[in-house]
Amino acid sequence: MSDKEKKQGTEISRRSFIKGVGTGTVAATVVPTILVGDQNTAEAQTDEATSTAVIQLNINGKVHEIEVESRTTLLTVLRDGIDTNGNNVDLTGAKLICDKGECGGCTILADDKPVYACMMLAMDAQGKQITTVEGIADGDDLHPVQEAFIKHDAMMCGFCTPGFVVSSVALLNENKKPTLEEIKDGLSGNTCRCGTYPFIFDAVETASEKM
Amino acid sequence: MDNFSYVNATDLEQVTSLLSDSGWGEVMVVAGGTDLLGELKEYIETPKTLINLKSLPGMDSISMNTTGITIGALTTVADIANHPTIQQRYTVLAQAASSVATPQIRNVGTLGGNLCQRPRCWYYRDETVNCLKKGGDTCYAVDGLSKYHAILGGDPVFIVHPSDIAPALIALGASLKIVGPEGEKTMKVEEFFTLPAANPFRENVLQPNEIVVEVHVPQPKQGTKSFYLKAREKGAPDFALASVAGVFEMMGQTCQNANIVLGGVAPAPWRSTEAENILSGKVINESVSNNAGAAAVKDAQPLNDNAYKVTLTQNLISRTAMMAVS
Repeated sequence: MSDKEKKQGTEISRRSFIKGVGTGTVAATVVPTILVGDQNTAEAQTDEATSTAVIQLNINGKVHEIEVESRTTLLTVLRDGIDTNGNNVDLTGAKLICDKGECGGCTILADDKPVYACMMLAMDAQGKQITTVEGIADGDDLHPVQEAFIKHDAMMCGFCTPGFVVSSVALLNENKKPTLEEIKDGLSGNTCRCGTYPFIFDAVETASEKM
Repeated sequence: MDNFSYVNATDLEQVTSLLSDSGWGEVMVVAGGTDLLGELKEYIETPKTLINLKSLPGMDSISMNTTGITIGALTTVADIANHPTIQQRYTVLAQAASSVATPQIRNVGTLGGNLCQRPRCWYYRDETVNCLKKGGDTCYAVDGLSKYHAILGGDPVFIVHPSDIAPALIALGASLKIVGPEGEKTMKVEEFFTLPAANPFRENVLQPNEIVVEVHVPQPKQGTKSFYLKAREKGAPDFALASVAGVFEMMGQTCQNANIVLGGVAPAPWRSTEAENILSGKVINESVSNNAGAAAVKDAQPLNDNAYKVTLTQNLISRTAMMAVS
């Protein structure tokens, strides 16, 4: 069997497996493959030197040195990355939900602009100031947006909340006093399946009065 | 997605030489990646090498002179949407750019990527479906689910072109610059896009070893009004069900010249000369606008599920024309 056939064979069985199980298991299955590397990627590394690299990422003001594959997304590094000292990055605030740049659950700031971490390669995040929801508060002092989300109970299940908080902060940094339409527009890249939008919009209005 | 080798581009010569000889798919270029990463995750594309164009210097700026504006292919969609001069004088372009996707995607997605993005057709995007676009022998939209497919220019592949920016650029008479191994060439944006009858596998004339590097938009004449109207299935961001880029050279209520280009209804941005001929040289009123809308969809051939697009497109055109006199 050629290397290519071998690779495809393993690939298909792994993918069929992933497709057949719930999302909870997907994370557990994918992590070792992406970050530690399986047999296939070990082969690839010898062929193509640039398919893995040790990069430095500035996340919430702290520099992490981490080895990634080219295909590793920023979201994977944030949630499941292990730095070269063996420490977990462990920033699980950005959520892996749709993994296709549609839901906004993984929204983070790259140089103060909101972007989807699932649609950005980790290698492309080099040289940028990455801010996750964990970096929004000032120590123990919550950001006005976070306080307003609590005050207005702007969440139901809460899974989308980190993404909404980050998008709201980005919006208010650009536009201190947004109208309701501008708030809706600024948060249009985030989805809440529970439908708590009116409370979220109220929270952003309240936060804008405090900024 | 499969792993790949990632190369940071240093100059255009390096890019075109890395692309040469590879044909489609082995070596690919990436800028914002908001479209390509989706294709990689779904195994629609499985390149061995990706060339990162974002490291190319000087290709992400907007410059102006007396002839018009020049926009580098790496300029983000957000930068186009938020540019004050584009908002004022090239309104249709700013409106189209601000209607693209979400703030998060506009911050990353680029002009070049928006023009070269691949179709959203659910058969094309399904890795298990070997449709005509991917080298198979059937366009499954013909007998399958066709709610979001083409009503004009479809045969034999009924995808729609997903770009909002392209119809606006064509309506403004823009041209683009392509660089390949033999140097650079310039063509109208309108000539860049092709229909499936000419090539079912691609949406434009770009060769595997060429990339788009910049777009030039000529300055609209004094008195020009322009608008981009986009119908979406819901209020939230989405691709167009149908859209109209309208550029009207007005003198009072009279339209001296109209450019009408449709998005979301054909495999390429679709210039409606029928609507343009009815509007140009006329005083715009409701009856003229309605006639223009009707003429544009006269030859539409809807599939099983998308006849609604005929009425929708017709109404969007007449509404856009009426905006020129309101």
